[in-house]
Amino acid sequence: MRLRLIPDDTNINFFRYAWVTFGASALLMVMSLVVFLVYGLNFGIDFRGGTSIRTESTQVVDVAAYREALTPLALGDVSITEVFDPTFADDQNVAMIRIQAQEGDESISPQTIAQIQDALRGVAPDITFPSVESVGPKVSGELIRTAVLAVLGALTAIVIYIWLRFEWQFAVGAVAALIHDVVLTIGIFALFQIRFDLAIIAALLTIVGYSINDTVVVFDRARENLRKYKAKPLIDVLNISANETLSRTMMTSGTTLLALIALLVLGGDVIRGFVFAIAWGIIVGTYSSLYVAKNIVLMLGVKRDWSKKDPAAGTKYGHIDT
Amino acid sequence: MLSISYPKQIMIWLTVVVGLMLALPNGFYNRVETSNDARALIEAGQTSATLEQEAALWPSFLPSSLVNLGLDLRGGAHLLVEVAVQDVHASFLEGFWPQVRDVLAAERETVGFVTREEGPVTELRVRISEPAGANRAFELVRGLGRPVTSFTGAASSNIDVRINGTLLTVTLSEAEMSAMNERTMLQTLEIIRRRIDEVGTREPTIQRQGAERVLVQVPGVGSAQEIKDLLGTTAQLTFNPVIARTSNANESPGTGNFLVPSLDEPGLFYILERRPVVTGEQLENAQLDFDQNNRPAVAFRFNTAAARIFGDYTLANVGSPFAIVLDNEVISAPTIQSHIPGGSGIITGNFTVEEATNLAVLLRAGALPAELTFLEERTIGPELGQDSIDAGRLAALVGGLLVVLFMGFTYGLFGWFANLALVINLGLIFGALSLVGATLTLPGIAGIVLTVGMAVDANVLVFERIREEMKTAKGPARAIELGYERALSAITDSNFTTFMVALILFTLGSGPVRGFAITLGLGIITSVFTAIFVTRSLISIWFAYRRPKTIEV
Repeated sequence: MRLRLIPDDTNINFFRYAWVTFGASALLMVMSLVVFLVYGLNFGIDFRGGTSIRTESTQVVDVAAYREALTPLALGDVSITEVFDPTFADDQNVAMIRIQAQEGDESISPQTIAQIQDALRGVAPDITFPSVESVGPKVSGELIRTAVLAVLGALTAIVIYIWLRFEWQFAVGAVAALIHDVVLTIGIFALFQIRFDLAIIAALLTIVGYSINDTVVVFDRARENLRKYKAKPLIDVLNISANETLSRTMMTSGTTLLALIALLVLGGDVIRGFVFAIAWGIIVGTYSSLYVAKNIVLMLGVKRDWSKKDPAAGTKYGHIDT
Repeated sequence: MLSISYPKQIMIWLTVVVGLMLALPNGFYNRVETSNDARALIEAGQTSATLEQEAALWPSFLPSSLVNLGLDLRGGAHLLVEVAVQDVHASFLEGFWPQVRDVLAAERETVGFVTREEGPVTELRVRISEPAGANRAFELVRGLGRPVTSFTGAASSNIDVRINGTLLTVTLSEAEMSAMNERTMLQTLEIIRRRIDEVGTREPTIQRQGAERVLVQVPGVGSAQEIKDLLGTTAQLTFNPVIARTSNANESPGTGNFLVPSLDEPGLFYILERRPVVTGEQLENAQLDFDQNNRPAVAFRFNTAAARIFGDYTLANVGSPFAIVLDNEVISAPTIQSHIPGGSGIITGNFTVEEATNLAVLLRAGALPAELTFLEERTIGPELGQDSIDAGRLAALVGGLLVVLFMGFTYGLFGWFANLALVINLGLIFGALSLVGATLTLPGIAGIVLTVGMAVDANVLVFERIREEMKTAKGPARAIELGYERALSAITDSNFTTFMVALILFTLGSGPVRGFAITLGLGIITSVFTAIFVTRSLISIWFAYRRPKTIEV
C-alpha cells in the first residue's frame, strides 16, 4: 500500500486564479499590517524590559486575587495570565505575571521580587516560582536592534545568493515571498496577541529559511525547464515546474508539519508560541512559494535567450539528453 | 555509476560509526555525568573508594563528552552584568593628582601656586597662578605620561594634556583607555570566576560579551539572587587611620582626608585619612570566625609585607582608633589596644553567620576593580527544565514516529532506507553537538524536531526525482543515478540558503536562540550527509545484492 498525497501527473494551472490568489495574499498582507498597527505586538520582556515571573500552585489560579495582592506594591503595569497546557498535571496551576520595568532599575531589585513573592504566598500558600526573568531597558533596546538586524541580514544574504545562482527576477520573487511570510506571521501574532519575544525572532528566521528552501526547489526546476522547453511560454514552464515539484513540496511540508504538530501538542507551553510561529510559517511559506514567488517572476519576465551562456547559472545539468 | 567504490563506502560508514560513538554518552546522561565529575575530582588529587566506583560507571575508552544542557533545561541562574569601566578611569586620575601636584610644586618659582579645580570625573583640572609658567607646567605634566603600547604597535602616552591659559586639563589617552578597559575586564572576569568558584557550583559559564559586559550562567542555583549577593559588592577593603568622628554628613574632611558613613550606626560618620595603611589586596586569607562573645566575625591574615606595615603602624599608634572600610562604609573602628605583630586579626560587626561567610569569600577572591550593574537576570527552576526536557523528548519521539510511518507508507522500501538515515541523522546531530561542546536549549530541541521533519526533504527530493526519471530512463539503476544527480542542485541550493540563515542566527543571537541556530546548522549538515551519502550507500548495497529488474519508489 502506498500513500500518495499528490497524484503523479498533476496539471494544476497555478496561474488560473492568479488574480484571486495574488489579491488574497496582498489583502492578507495589508490586513496584517493594519492589525499590527492597531493592536501592536504583545512584546515579551526581552523587547520591552521588565520582569516575568512564572508561578505554580496546587490551588486554582485566581487572577483577580493575584492582582489584588500585587496592587499595594505599586509596580505599574502588571499583567497576569493563567497558562493552560495539556502536559500539566491536574493540580498544576500555572500563571505568568509580567511587570513593567521599574523606574531607575536596570534589572528588578531583590526586594521587589521578595515583596511580590510574599504577597502571592498570601493568596496561595504553596505557590512556587519556577522561573523569574528580568531584563533591563538597556538590553531590551539592543535586543530589538539585533533582532531587526538579524531578519534584514538574512533577507539580504538570501537575495544575494539567489541572484548569484539564478536570475535577478527570481531573487525578487523569492524575497517577495519571504516578506509575505514574515508579514503574515507578524500579523497573526498581533491578531491573537501571542507573546512576541526573542525566540519568535528565531522562529521568523526559520520560516525565512524554510520558505526559501521551498521556493528554491521550484526555481531550480524552473531553471532546468527553461532550458529544456525553449519554445514554451514562461507561464507554462513555471506551471510545469510547480507541478513536477508539487509532490515533493507537499511531502516535505507534510513531514515537517507532522513533527511540529507533535511538538505543538506535547512540547509544553514554554515553547508553544515559538512552535506555533514555525508551523504557521511553514503553511504560509508553502503557499507563498506556489502562489507568490512564481507570480512575481512571471510579472517580471525572464531572459530566454540561452544561446549566450549564462555564467552564473548552474549549467551542469542543462544539456543532458534523456 | 550507481555502485559506490569500497573506499568511499568505508569512509561513509566510518563517519557514521564515529558520529554515533560520539553521541552514545548522551544516551546514558546521568551515568556519564557522574563518572566525568568523579574523574575530574580524581585528577584534581582526591581519592576515595566511592569516587573510583563512580568513575568506573563509564568505561574510559569510550567517548565521554556530553551535550551541555542550557539553563532553560537544567535550571539555574543567568545574569548579564555591565562593568563600570569608567570608574577605573576616574580613580586613575584621582591617583594621578598627587603626582601632578608634586611635580608642579617643585617648580613653584615658574608656575606659581597649584590648585585643583572641580570638573567632570573624566578630567583632572589644575589651575596654576603664573601665566608665564604655563608652557613649563605643560611640559612637566606631559613628562609624567607613561608610554602605552596599543595593539597597532604604535607607542603613545597614557595621558593627554591640554593647556588653556592657566588651566591644565589632563585626560586619559584613547590608547590608555582601551588598554585600561581591557585590563579591568580581564581582572573582573577573573574575580567573578574566583568568587563563583569559591561557592563551589559546577560548570559556571563566565563569558565576556562585547566591550563592557560579562555573562554569568550558573547551573543548579536556586535563584539569581545568590549570585547577585556574591557579585553585587566590589569588596574593596581598606584599613584607614581615623581623624575624627562626626554626625554632620556635610562636614568638610580637609585635604587628604575623606568622610565615610558607618555601616551599622546611621547618622555616624568618620573622617579618615585617604591613604590606607593596608588594603584588602594584601590579604593572604580570610575566613569565618567568632569573636570572644561568640558572634560571627571574619578572621584575616596579611601577607608578610603588609603584616610588617600593619605591625609597625599598630606599634606607633597604640590607643588611637583605625577604621576597617568596606566599599566606602566603615564596618568597625576599633581602638588599637596593643602592637599587632603577626599580621592577623578579626573583623567584627553586626554580621550574621551568612554575611560573615560571604564577606570572607569576597575578601579571599579579591576586590572587583569596578562596580557591576545587572542588566538582565533569569532564574529557571530545575523542575521546569526537567519538564521541558520530558516534553521535548516525548514530542520528538511522537513526531519522529509519525514522520517515519509517513515516509514508510509513501516510499516503501526506499522510505525505510530514508528512515534508517533519519535515525542515523539524529545520532549524528547529538554526536556533533557533543563534539563541539554545544549547549542544547529548549529552542534547540525544537530545532532538532524541525530537522527531523526537514531532514527527509533531501531524500524526498531524490526519490521524487527517481520516480520521474523512471518514466524515461533505461532501467532502474540509471533512474536512481539520474535521480541523485539531478536532485543535487536543488538540495545544495535549498540547504545552503537555510544554512546561511542558521549562521546569521548564530552570529547575532544569544542564549537560547544561539542554541537553536547550532542545532539547525548542524542538522542541515548531517541531514545532507545522510541523504546524499548514507541513503545512497544503503540503496547501492541493496541494489548490488538484489539486482532488481524494476523498482518501486
